[in-house]
Amino acid sequence: MSLLAVHDLAVARGGLRTVEGISFSLAAGQALILRGPNGIGKTTLLRTVAGLQPPVTGRIEMAEDAVAYAAHADGLKGALTLTENLHFWAQVFGGGDVAGALAAMDLAALADRPAAALSAGQKRRLGLARLVVSRRPLWVLDEPTVSLDAASVSRFADMVRGHLGQGGAALIATHIDLGLDARVLDLTPFRARAAPAARPAGFNEAFA
Amino acid sequence: MIALLKRDLRLAIRAGGGFGLGVAFFLILCALVPFGVGPDTSALQPIAAGILWLGALLACLLSLDRIFALDHEDGSLDLLATSPLPLEGAVAVKALAHWITTGLPLIVAAPLFGILLHLPTAAIPSLLTSLLLGTPALSMLGAFGAAVTVGLRRGGLLLSLLVLPLYIPTLIFGTEMIRRGQEGGATATPLLFLAGITAGVLALVPFAAAAALRVNLR
Repeated sequence: MSLLAVHDLAVARGGLRTVEGISFSLAAGQALILRGPNGIGKTTLLRTVAGLQPPVTGRIEMAEDAVAYAAHADGLKGALTLTENLHFWAQVFGGGDVAGALAAMDLAALADRPAAALSAGQKRRLGLARLVVSRRPLWVLDEPTVSLDAASVSRFADMVRGHLGQGGAALIATHIDLGLDARVLDLTPFRARAAPAARPAGFNEAFA
Repeated sequence: MIALLKRDLRLAIRAGGGFGLGVAFFLILCALVPFGVGPDTSALQPIAAGILWLGALLACLLSLDRIFALDHEDGSLDLLATSPLPLEGAVAVKALAHWITTGLPLIVAAPLFGILLHLPTAAIPSLLTSLLLGTPALSMLGAFGAAVTVGLRRGGLLLSLLVLPLYIPTLIFGTEMIRRGQEGGATATPLLFLAGITAGVLALVPFAAAAALRVNLR
């Protein structure tokens, strides 16, 4: 069964359409990699799918509360320890196994350190471990491998494979090859045409 | 929601969280006023109620921009918005956390600071009641202001300009209640108004603040 179906979607950033006419669907166990040059609208598309902003046109079909979103910012509190950070998100999302998530990202040894003491790559790993405790079926990931070393990238790819194996799905914007058995959607052909001059993406956008 | 409350309280208490800043500011303000207007009871007593409430307002204002700005910076706000927690509930919980870390210490400290300003002991009960009823509205209105200015750089000043006018009704009835308590009059009318304003604010503002957050997260 399909976890996510997108029909003829157009998204806008700052009142200007970025990409339009996008359609795809994701079934359980599938992953879709988004590619495209900087500024094409990958992040905007992912934020729209995650429900953080409304689409300009088109439809997004998915179950309610299905998305676990991970963006450039990891949503970590430096004053809390790794365990406390994950435990909080586990409680909010009604989910899971904090120790297991830390182990999956090889952070178990650091569990009682404050998150402020982590390196950039370790913070990113903690941010990705949050996906596991959220127990959401659809992972929406925006450049998840930024600041990860090669070993962590392969560990992350294993984590995504495990998630897909358990009937999850993932929508990933990335520039590198994760070695996943996934379809690739290049956004370049979907770049929005020059918009009509007067009202680029709806009058109300001016107030948004 | 309990998890969010616990996390916010924990963050406030840990290093750099700003717990106690509001009370310290309140203390300094109340200690400075006698230097400014002179230590005479005849000069201080009539303005004590007003100074105490103004001090509470400004102390409350100090920590308002932290309510959402920090969560916005580190991306937690995006994650909260995609979580099963309704955003209205998150707003209410964060306002509650702000009240516990700012309003509650102010209330506990206020009788002591009242002495600095020569507030008669007869007025202490009405001082406590008025703060107890009024400060939750301050935190909730502040949460609304913080939600409106969340994405803005240096939004703190704009936040003050937005929020302070909204504090006027609470200020009027709060000071009126203490003044009447001071004179031994009936405090029921300002008490009911104060409670009414707070009840209305608590019921309605979470929805407005959540709507503002949704717009700002786009």
